[in-house]
Amino acid sequence: MSELDWLEAQSIYILREAYNRIGKPVLLWSLGKDSNVMIWLAKKAFLGSIPFPVMHLDTGLEFPEVYAFRDRYGAEWSLNLIADLCPPIEETDPTLPPASRLSARKTLGLKQALARYGFSGVIAGIRRDEQATRGKERVFSPRAEDGQWDFRDQPPEFWDQFTTEYPAGVHVRVHPLLHWTEIDIWRYIARERIPVVPLYFARDGKRYRSLGEIGITFPIESQAKDIPAIIRELESTREPERAGRAMDHESEDAFERLRVAGYM
Amino acid sequence: MAHDVTPLVRAPRGRAMPIVIVGHVDHGKSTLVGRLLHDTNSLSDAKVAQLRVMSAKRGLDVEWSFLLDALQVERDQGITVDTTQVWFQSSRRRYVIIDAPGHREFLRNMLTGAASADAAILVVDAKIGVSEQTRRHAYLLNLIGLKQVIVAINKMDLVGGDRDRFDGLASEVGEYLAGIGIRPLASVPVSAKHGDNIATASLSMPWYRGPTLVEALDAHESLPPPARGPLRFPVQDVYRFGDRRAIVGRIESGRLSVGDELRFAPHGATSRIASIEAWGRTERQISAEAGDSVALTLEEELFVERGYLASRLDERPFEASAVIAKVFWLDHEPLVAGRRLSLRINTAQYDVAVSAIERVIDVDTLTEATADRVDQNGVALVRLQSKRPMLVDSFASSPRTGRGALVDGYRVVGGCIVERALMTSADSAAERQSAPVVFGSNEENGGAVIWLTGLSGAGKSTLATALHRRLAARGLRSHVLDGDELRRVLSGDLDFSAQARSEPRGLPAGRSRNLPVARSQGPLCPCQCGRDQAVHRCFGALRDTDRSRPCP
Repeated sequence: MSELDWLEAQSIYILREAYNRIGKPVLLWSLGKDSNVMIWLAKKAFLGSIPFPVMHLDTGLEFPEVYAFRDRYGAEWSLNLIADLCPPIEETDPTLPPASRLSARKTLGLKQALARYGFSGVIAGIRRDEQATRGKERVFSPRAEDGQWDFRDQPPEFWDQFTTEYPAGVHVRVHPLLHWTEIDIWRYIARERIPVVPLYFARDGKRYRSLGEIGITFPIESQAKDIPAIIRELESTREPERAGRAMDHESEDAFERLRVAGYM
Repeated sequence: MAHDVTPLVRAPRGRAMPIVIVGHVDHGKSTLVGRLLHDTNSLSDAKVAQLRVMSAKRGLDVEWSFLLDALQVERDQGITVDTTQVWFQSSRRRYVIIDAPGHREFLRNMLTGAASADAAILVVDAKIGVSEQTRRHAYLLNLIGLKQVIVAINKMDLVGGDRDRFDGLASEVGEYLAGIGIRPLASVPVSAKHGDNIATASLSMPWYRGPTLVEALDAHESLPPPARGPLRFPVQDVYRFGDRRAIVGRIESGRLSVGDELRFAPHGATSRIASIEAWGRTERQISAEAGDSVALTLEEELFVERGYLASRLDERPFEASAVIAKVFWLDHEPLVAGRRLSLRINTAQYDVAVSAIERVIDVDTLTEATADRVDQNGVALVRLQSKRPMLVDSFASSPRTGRGALVDGYRVVGGCIVERALMTSADSAAERQSAPVVFGSNEENGGAVIWLTGLSGAGKSTLATALHRRLAARGLRSHVLDGDELRRVLSGDLDFSAQARSEPRGLPAGRSRNLPVARSQGPLCPCQCGRDQAVHRCFGALRDTDRSRPCP
């Protein structure tokens, strides 16, 4: 069994567990490369048609290419898409640094959707290798009513026996891609021919390695115009994936604060 | 927007090998991991720069542990709270390192990390030596089946690289490990702080001629799910698509192909695999093996649901009403006999009662004693009893279907491995040796159950006895199992309480499936749920004539 086969089988298993065990799940589609892989895996898990809604937490500040991609593949993949606008920045925690406040809008957008649609589980495409606090996550990770992550008291999780039942008011985050690395994602995108937003490919010597909102996401120097070039670049890079994401670098614990408060 | 793909993209061979770093708190596990990453050139420049800033802020030299201690509280207090995974590459393969906390309070997190590992590095502080927690970690590794262990005697710089100190400690750890059945592949003297014998041989300990830590890791084997074992396919869910039904799940052991005949426990019905369904594949899939998540359609439409377990006809799992299991207990509230829990094995969930705590194991001295409770982080041999047959293997014969989690309400409170199954439907040698007589529709074992149910005094036993005589006259062997006989002979410990009365009916149903002879049975079965359970167990071999009485 190759690495990609193993990762694929594991993610499919997790998605099927989520569907079986969670009353009302929703899958988050950020439109980035990881969540496209997640949609692809969900189509495999459920034999072509995803049996729950897919949600884009829209800040209104995505790149035009991202919106174009959403419109095209939302239809092509027959997704049951929810794309409500997140609450404005004024409603976020004012003590957070500026870029983090923008990201915190998504946390509020998620809370709004949980209340509005009554979802009991949120499937998100985070990976352990992206960012150190995400390295501490569980595959099934409970969140208190206010969305907070209590990293001091996470449930034991072994042999794929996930904590799937929760008291009222608690919702669960499910992370089917937790075991994947950035390079696995690209190898899988290549193998499966999964479409991605063209901003990932270099134009005029720059490309986006990680996609977020306009104004807080910056491209990296790169000549990688196609996937094999991206993979070669990743095999030799000395830079972390999220170097272009402003919110990660505003203070030592900026990302941790966001995540504890309910960010993905 | 789609893109061109050239065939130049190489997929890595085999999966990254997961290894876990365990040992006592403060013996330097996180530092070791940080160093392993640095010395194998796996860190980005920005990460190292960030590390220097975080370390300087706290008045420290480069603190390698900060790489994994991602949480503010971990850096400030200098301990690891939860497991982290990071990746590195040796010349042989890619690794996922799982850094597990050593603090006693976080043993559940240690197990969370260790349960997915193929190999472990047991870290021991050269100055402080082996501690109770070192032994507890080692014991639990072995319990969960992790046998590939490397001992790293760390902080050798603090003992001046002393060879005698190393030899003494290495043999002390080795002796303990031998006592629990682990033979470490290597014991390596290291200094994580300075990078001695991590990825490069130490200059300060020239007396050591063994492998570096990375070389020792490279000598271990990655352990994929066992494709060569008996087929075990636990049903995860059943999906309807179009007018067909797909049975989905992950193969835990063995392999299967289109056309293979599967037997589904607990009802024992069989069918051939019609197809392996997949979305987005160009060629038709015809086989799959351990580790694959698949969707099967069957030639026959069988009733199957989550928790059923498919096997080959001649390699069945146990269907046990009780198991002896080795439990590791993680809950703060001690485990006592009589406690009711859920046991989750693969996709099945059973309501179990802890009917006895057989022995509690002192992991420090490896002695066993009787006790009436198992404390948090303790290990014990217990007997778990279930009304429904538990579809299990012994952990020794098929680890992935012989282990489970113990759940209480919303919480996972422990885990266990099955040492042996008790009171299985297949455990009577005499029954298996009888010559089969084909009777009724249950062709596989040639037996059938005729179940007479009705109100007390309606004449079930009289009818059963008469039927028994008529069958005998035709040369068919049969046996009458009535409620009184069952209670007296097979279930002597049960009374007439509501709970106990639901038990004896289960027994004839559960036990008769492997019997090669026709039989009738006649215990009173007062509620619909009990009848359903028996129908379930004797699938296809039963003519139930009155199902109108609802559950009380």
